[in-house]
Amino acid sequence: MGISFKNVDHYYPGVKRKEYTIALENINLDINEKNEFIAIVGKTGSGKSTLMQHMNALMLPTKGTVQIFDDIITPKKNKNPKLKSVRKRVGFVFQFPEYQLFEETVLKDIMFAPLNFGFTKEEAEAKAKEVAKLLGIEKILNKSPFNLSGGQMRKAAIAGILSYDPDILLLDEPTRGLDPKGAKDIMELFYNIHKQTGKTIILITHDMDIVYQYATRVVVLNESYINYDGNKEDLFKTNLYNENHLVKPNVLQLIDYLNEKLGYSIDYNTYTLEDLIEKLKEVSNNG
Amino acid sequence: MIEFKNVKFSYNTKDRAVKDVSFSVADHEWLSIIGHNGSGKSTIAKLLVGLIEPQAGEILYDGVKLEEKTINDIRHKVGIVFQNPDNQFVGYNVLYDIAFGLENKQVPRSEMLELIHKYTKLVDMEEYLSREPETLSGGQKQRVAIAGILAMNCDIVILDEATSMLDPEGTEEIIALIEELHTKYNKTIITITHDLNLALKSDHILVMKEGHLIKEGKPEDIFEERDILLSSNLDMPFSLKAIYEVSKTELNNNKELMDALWEYRSKM
Ligand SMILES: Nc1ncnc2c1ncn2[C@@H]1O[C@H](COP(=O)(O)OP(=O)(O)OP(=O)(O)O)[C@@H](O)[C@H]1O
Ligand SMILES: Nc1ncnc2c1ncn2[C@@H]1O[C@H](COP(=O)(O)OP(=O)(O)OP(=O)(O)O)[C@@H](O)[C@H]1O
Ligand SMILES: [Mg+2]
Ligand SMILES: [Mg+2]
Repeated sequence: MGISFKNVDHYYPGVKRKEYTIALENINLDINEKNEFIAIVGKTGSGKSTLMQHMNALMLPTKGTVQIFDDIITPKKNKNPKLKSVRKRVGFVFQFPEYQLFEETVLKDIMFAPLNFGFTKEEAEAKAKEVAKLLGIEKILNKSPFNLSGGQMRKAAIAGILSYDPDILLLDEPTRGLDPKGAKDIMELFYNIHKQTGKTIILITHDMDIVYQYATRVVVLNESYINYDGNKEDLFKTNLYNENHLVKPNVLQLIDYLNEKLGYSIDYNTYTLEDLIEKLKEVSNNG
Repeated sequence: MIEFKNVKFSYNTKDRAVKDVSFSVADHEWLSIIGHNGSGKSTIAKLLVGLIEPQAGEILYDGVKLEEKTINDIRHKVGIVFQNPDNQFVGYNVLYDIAFGLENKQVPRSEMLELIHKYTKLVDMEEYLSREPETLSGGQKQRVAIAGILAMNCDIVILDEATSMLDPEGTEEIIALIEELHTKYNKTIITITHDLNLALKSDHILVMKEGHLIKEGKPEDIFEERDILLSSNLDMPFSLKAIYEVSKTELNNNKELMDALWEYRSKM
């Protein structure tokens, strides 16, 4: 097992004593160490970022336990294991990359984790330069991470975890603020890493096109509890997506329109515009 | 009317972030600025509100140059939601944060509470008035930032990726709100965005690349220029891309299908 939640609650302290916000409620979730590509979706404030922070032991549960590989995280502070091994195996890109970056230069920032986990200086630098190239940020390596545009910061933060090759990648809105090509390239990059190495990737996104193209499993949060955990097709075939404040991916909206308008019966196992065009050709040839 | 005339700006580095850019925004117009990461969009926004000063060129509001002695008057007319909402917040809780902005605009205290309730309700954040901004989720921060700007009732509203963290339904709601501000309340709107469907709804678009304004025009014209879009890491919005990709295949002869696709596009 990679990551396992057992009856987890998370309460944040409130403004007044004895008041609190329930961010997570009775979460039970098992995530395999390998071969998962999970999208966590849901309304603003439904608990997605809180859930993801538990996957890297950045928080203690208020109730229940979170197991991350061999370490078990419990509500009791002093009973918890040292977390260096968790951090090494699970990489995390925050929703606000601003708060993840801290070194003098982007290069040093990307080298920080590999150095921390025992790479030599030469290895760390070579690795940092390699991922920077992959992400198209070679030109900003010597800049301060605080003097970057929003999208450049996001890429620098992503480079910072790809540099040390963790087993599981946690990505809180990884494409937010990226330009359309940058977003597409980075999703392809994650997808290729997943395909080639079998690494489990878990991402939070509001982009249903990304969910429908890449995810193999979707977890939907609704006001602090898991309201759906399953495949993406069923989520959009029924009214579940609507109840959870989601919208259909672009490709499905267009399929609905064409089916209705032209009497086609194109099915929902159509994940991209390219897939749709292939199906339209079949319809056209048979009709 | 806003005039941006031959403006150049560099942060203390060799590279210019904005290179001799000129454009104007008419009253009641909705302008979108699009372009690759680091192309200078947010820098233009910061120049427009006088957070940073051009090293060459000038910015005029209704013929009045933006400079030290005019900046206070101009700031009353222009509201901005920053790309990172945390750069927005000044109050220790949501209520005081919005009140602070209203106080700056000299809104009488007696009217403040009503405005604050009205606009936080509009973005579904009325229950969070006593919360510290830093304890909000990403999308909640953006909603509060938007409410604060709306409450100030500025003539010009600049939104720098202000919907980037909202859930799909919330994005649709806020876009509908922007459309209403534009058509019903005659505001001048400037949206900086990577959301091509949002840009498609505006009146006019600027395409930025490496600090240069490389193209401007109506959305329908801009989104025809595939090469220019691709050169700045952009793309066509989905409904147009579908037409473009389908028409490259033998399906182009299927008139019924092509008509349906165009009809779909016109509904977007
Ligand atoms: N505070 C700063 N100091 C130095 N350089 C900066 C600073 N802020 C931005 N830059 C640089 O100026 C250029 C333009 O940045 P800007 O933030 O305007 O881009 P943008 O178009 O808004 O990008 P994004 O889509 O990523 O938000 C970039 O190359 C960026 O690295
Ligand atoms: N430090 C905190 N103190 C108090 N409440 C908090 C804190 N952090 C988050 N919350 C609350 O917990 C709930 C869940 O927040 P979380 O950040 O997990 O949501 P999210 O699903 O990631 O939302 P978004 O899509 O807007 O980023 C929200 O109501 C939020 O206001
Ligand atoms: Mg979040
Ligand atoms: Mg920007």
